[in-house]
Amino acid sequence: MSAKQKQTEEQLLNEVTSSEYKYGFTTDIESDTIPKGLSEEVVRIISAKKNEPEWMLDYRLKAYKAWLEMEEPEWANIKYTKPNYQEIIYYSAPKQKPVLDSLDDLDPEMKKMFDKLGISIDEQNKLANVAVDIVMDSVSVATSFKETLAEKGIIFCPISDAIQEHPELVKKYLGTVVPARDNFFSALNSAVFSDGSFCYIPKGVKCPMELSTYFRINEAGTGQFERTLLIADEGSQVSYLEGCTAPMRDENQLHAAVVELIAMDDADIKYSTVQNWYPGNAEGVGGVFNFVTKRGICYKNAKISWTQVETGSAITWKYPSCILKGDNSIGEFFSVAVTNNFQQADTGTKMIHLGKNTKSTIIAKGISAGNSNGNYRGLVRITKGATNSRNFSQCDSLLMGDKCGSHTFPYIEVKNNSSKVEHEATTSKIGEDQIFYCNQRGIGTEEAIALIVNGYCKDVLSQLPMEFAVEAKKLLEISLEGSVG
Amino acid sequence: MISIKNLKAGIEDNLILKGINLEVKAGEVHAIMGPNGSGKSTLACVIAGKEDYQVQEGTIDFEGEDLLELSPEERAHIGVFLSFQYPVEIPGISVSNFIKTSINERRKAKELDPIPAPELLKMMREKMELLNIKKGYLSRNMNEGFSGGEKKRNEIFQMAMLEPKLAILDETDSGLDIDTLRIVANGVNKIKTKDNAIIVITHYQRLLDYIVPDFVHVLHNGRIIKSGSKELAHELEEKGYDWITKEADKKWA
Repeated sequence: MSAKQKQTEEQLLNEVTSSEYKYGFTTDIESDTIPKGLSEEVVRIISAKKNEPEWMLDYRLKAYKAWLEMEEPEWANIKYTKPNYQEIIYYSAPKQKPVLDSLDDLDPEMKKMFDKLGISIDEQNKLANVAVDIVMDSVSVATSFKETLAEKGIIFCPISDAIQEHPELVKKYLGTVVPARDNFFSALNSAVFSDGSFCYIPKGVKCPMELSTYFRINEAGTGQFERTLLIADEGSQVSYLEGCTAPMRDENQLHAAVVELIAMDDADIKYSTVQNWYPGNAEGVGGVFNFVTKRGICYKNAKISWTQVETGSAITWKYPSCILKGDNSIGEFFSVAVTNNFQQADTGTKMIHLGKNTKSTIIAKGISAGNSNGNYRGLVRITKGATNSRNFSQCDSLLMGDKCGSHTFPYIEVKNNSSKVEHEATTSKIGEDQIFYCNQRGIGTEEAIALIVNGYCKDVLSQLPMEFAVEAKKLLEISLEGSVG
Repeated sequence: MISIKNLKAGIEDNLILKGINLEVKAGEVHAIMGPNGSGKSTLACVIAGKEDYQVQEGTIDFEGEDLLELSPEERAHIGVFLSFQYPVEIPGISVSNFIKTSINERRKAKELDPIPAPELLKMMREKMELLNIKKGYLSRNMNEGFSGGEKKRNEIFQMAMLEPKLAILDETDSGLDIDTLRIVANGVNKIKTKDNAIIVITHYQRLLDYIVPDFVHVLHNGRIIKSGSKELAHELEEKGYDWITKEADKKWA
């Protein structure tokens, strides 16, 4: 590399520094926080604060005991200092009592925060036809449209409410797709989760609007452990979106969520995520550690489609997966994962084919810029009984500049010779030559990057609900601002 | 149209262009020939505004504007076009989308509205015919998986669509078989009018049989050491470069 090129690379990095994280504010709201650290006592306190029934406490305690015996996994292609689990605060709630349906009474500070996040939880929502549940730090603070949904028999509420009001559903399904013992982080989540969203779509019901949950970490030193449980009963349909942001802080914040999806016979779940946790600064200080377990199970003829746009977090460890249990069921995974500066991502999916004629599609697009490292890790497992099943996987990597890295780890296990598995992969690079070419044709640098990135991601972005696709596009552009000289 | 005076430019301390003087008027075709490493591509890049090269001395006037003060995209907007020797692949953008954006960015700079879709399509169809380009090509990503010939044809297709005032063709003939060369050259000739100008950079006389130059310049070691009519190209084809480069080396030693 010539000295001139080196200089441009450095300049490039400097420019990246200047594109700031837009959601890095904190909100000054009094909160009810318990002392840091994790113990059986803390698990009991959380459960007590939530007024939980005995079975829920037992579930948590079992998970806690399992967690104590487990070790933090090290197989992912990421480097980080393991969090000190005794330094984390496991419960923090805004002191204002959760208000449902009468958002006028909300703490004005909190209202201001929602405005900053660009979330309108009232009239605008009605226009956009999106029902929103907002989880701040550990508890759900507002759910809109509850009544409209109730008319159709749809339950959409904080999971803590569901434990109180629909214990039979929660008891029946919680931990059935992601058992507490599944992994280190799911065990931790099962022990200390404080809130999250619960959703039940009754038989044959098409959910009339997008359901959305907004997660926000606010309090310093808190971990966020939300739990989402979504059940689509036979023949029902739902589209669900989650968004995430956090303030800028020097220390790393832990986020360990569990999402379980259950698609009964002929049901259809579309689950979209726009993840924009604070990624840390340009030197790699701070940022959210995002260790998430997401999994869905499909019964006969059911379909689960995961779409994710991952631009935030210092570390992302996440593999939204589908267990294709029922015959003719379909699993899909569409992903754009952007890493910039010193971000690291190890993300992908698992498609487990158990039923006959099951189909899965994986489209994963990685974009790495700055000094970052992006990895795709995916498993396609076709079991003996999954006759005539099919998978198509496409994993593309786009590199910006020459200090970043990208790796693909596809695992394919086929135990059935009537099945068909296809895997395609490409790597492209955007450097100064590509940018100069665009410039020479009259296209400015920022415009060129936006054009390239949006074109590269279009197969994934087109899967997002319309209004969010626009937001996701903007987010991609902001995340990559100035990433090529 | 373009007037280059005493242009000295290079990368860091390495001076590549050592005082170029060149005057190109509307309606003219100039050929720049010369051995490898003489500075031909550098000249093209400096005119187009590639940042790797620093201009140390001299001026480039383009229709009354100081070209050196403008960014590469601004130069494109006022009508400077470079057909690249090695066109790069641009992932994620189709040929049609790229050209549409390119045209509209220039229109935006001139405070014009985006080109209406039917007009664009009509124009694309015409120009594709001109260059014998098949239809499916428009939806392919820019240069991705293109053969050498397809890449060069794509360059000239963009030139036809953008209708620049000054087109610099940097070794457009390299890597082309004779049939493709003929198609590309004929395309260039059809785009040529009395209002635009072309600078053809080439090693060989071959291309100049099709795109006939009004002037031929020999570039050697960063200087134009000889200029003449198209006959000069034939002479070079026959005798090689040595007979003039040796003389020049003595002069500048």
